[in-house]
Amino acid sequence: MTDLNFSMSAPVVAASGRKSALATTPKMSAKHVNFHYDRFHALKDVSFDIAEKRVTALIGPSGCGKSTLLRIFNRIYAIYPKQEAAGEIILDGENILDPKYSLNRLRGKVGMVFQKPVPFPMSIYENIAYAIRHYEKLKKPDMDARVEQALRQGALWDEVKDKLKQSALGLSGGQQQRLCIARAVALKPEVLLLDEPTSALDPIATGKIEQLIAELTEDFTIAIVTHNMQQAARCSDFTAFMYLGELVEFGETEKLFTQPTKQQTEDYITGRFG
Amino acid sequence: MNAAASSPIDKANVAERLYRRRNIINRMAIVMSCVAAVFGLFFLTWILWTTVSKGLGGISIALFTEMTPPPQQAGGLANAFFGSMMMCGLAILIGTPLGIAAGTWLAEYAGARKIGLVIRFVNDILLSAPSIVLGLFVYTLVVAQMGGGFSAIAGAIALAFIVLPVVVRTTDEMLRLVPAQMREAALSLGVPQWKVIVQVLYRGASAGIVTGIILALARISGETAPLLFTAFGNQYWSADLTQPMASVPVVMNQFTASPYESWQTLAWAGALVLTFFVLVLSLIARAILLRNKISHD
Repeated sequence: MTDLNFSMSAPVVAASGRKSALATTPKMSAKHVNFHYDRFHALKDVSFDIAEKRVTALIGPSGCGKSTLLRIFNRIYAIYPKQEAAGEIILDGENILDPKYSLNRLRGKVGMVFQKPVPFPMSIYENIAYAIRHYEKLKKPDMDARVEQALRQGALWDEVKDKLKQSALGLSGGQQQRLCIARAVALKPEVLLLDEPTSALDPIATGKIEQLIAELTEDFTIAIVTHNMQQAARCSDFTAFMYLGELVEFGETEKLFTQPTKQQTEDYITGRFG
Repeated sequence: MNAAASSPIDKANVAERLYRRRNIINRMAIVMSCVAAVFGLFFLTWILWTTVSKGLGGISIALFTEMTPPPQQAGGLANAFFGSMMMCGLAILIGTPLGIAAGTWLAEYAGARKIGLVIRFVNDILLSAPSIVLGLFVYTLVVAQMGGGFSAIAGAIALAFIVLPVVVRTTDEMLRLVPAQMREAALSLGVPQWKVIVQVLYRGASAGIVTGIILALARISGETAPLLFTAFGNQYWSADLTQPMASVPVVMNQFTASPYESWQTLAWAGALVLTFFVLVLSLIARAILLRNKISHD
């Protein structure tokens, strides 16, 4: 536990209604992570842990590097040239930034949902089955069961069970985003990365997704990037506040929002900048 | 106080004058664009009218069943229609897979590499190369190598050189129109890149790519110059790809220049069928694009 960061080393009693922040084990640990977009130094020596089966929120003003940080956890940045990450990210004892770590294995373990819902141009059923088929050979009834399970986990089953063969492009924005979550969940990943998953959605759809996030912590470790501080306060157990590529403060959400230790954090969460 | 009292009225007057001016400019622009549209449509209608009125007389069953006749005799264009279909079909078969592969490489694998930019530039040159130059190129590449024998396969290769850059360009552009997020979403599922391209991105780009292929087919079905030095022409029925083969545009080229009325009638009939074919292809292309647009909305 020596690699835990500053505010985690001062445990406080968890607020009621939240899972206990105590007795968490780190699922993924960022250690001295630096990131460059060509010559731009986007992340500066960031270290923190993502606790297992908890929700960790990354907040901060636009351009602070929170999305960049999230995109390192499944190395999705690697599809673009001139983007480089240095440092270590430990997942189950292995450094995923090691080039020898298989990308497919990593992405099977660490799923991701993006800001804009991107259903694939195929049926709702195929959207879910597509990726499962890449990992497992299932017979039709087994596949049907897996698709149903994933859609239920995505809180979408009741709305789409009668139109599984229809194009996913016909769904509403909120439904599309829950489909994307179901698609990621269908692979049974261990970690789920959510990059501003509700910023393109209306309040009702946002509410559904937030409820879904709470339910998903039963099985998954979640890291969520959000612009919306209320959202971070509502649905996360831990919060990291980032500014200009640095991790300014990290700790229990309850504590960070009520008794921030850094002036910058306080200024941001009280709306004085950003 | 005076200035303050008069200024709202002044302001209103100025606004009124500016509004009237904008209105006049607006009407002028509408009138000019209408004139331009009518100008274009007038000639298009004229061309279509001439083609229909002169071609309709030559349309008969014999047109599709009989061979191109000697001067002054009755006949049809069966061998030319067959030859055009064979060579165009073959050209699409050769040009499409190569074009899709090259376009995919440009859009998905070349990245920001210089070679990608160079290839894209060269492809654009090929896209606008005069078709007679392509004909001559294939003449030296294929016909001359085969001892100067004209052949249908040489004609198809020449047409394929016209298809290729069109398909490369549309594949490249349609794939680049697929949002980057779709790539990220598919790759983040741990699916390898080639599978993502074939199973996800092609589906997103398919309507555009198919439209490009159809428009390429429409374009080559009327090409004469590349066939003159390659497939040459054939008065008789021939399905042998190593022999000269007739085609509608080449026959039209020969028959319209002749003094024989029966040949001229056949040429007009050929022109009408060709125009109708291209029109249908364009309509299909539009329908595909439209349907795709609706399903995306």
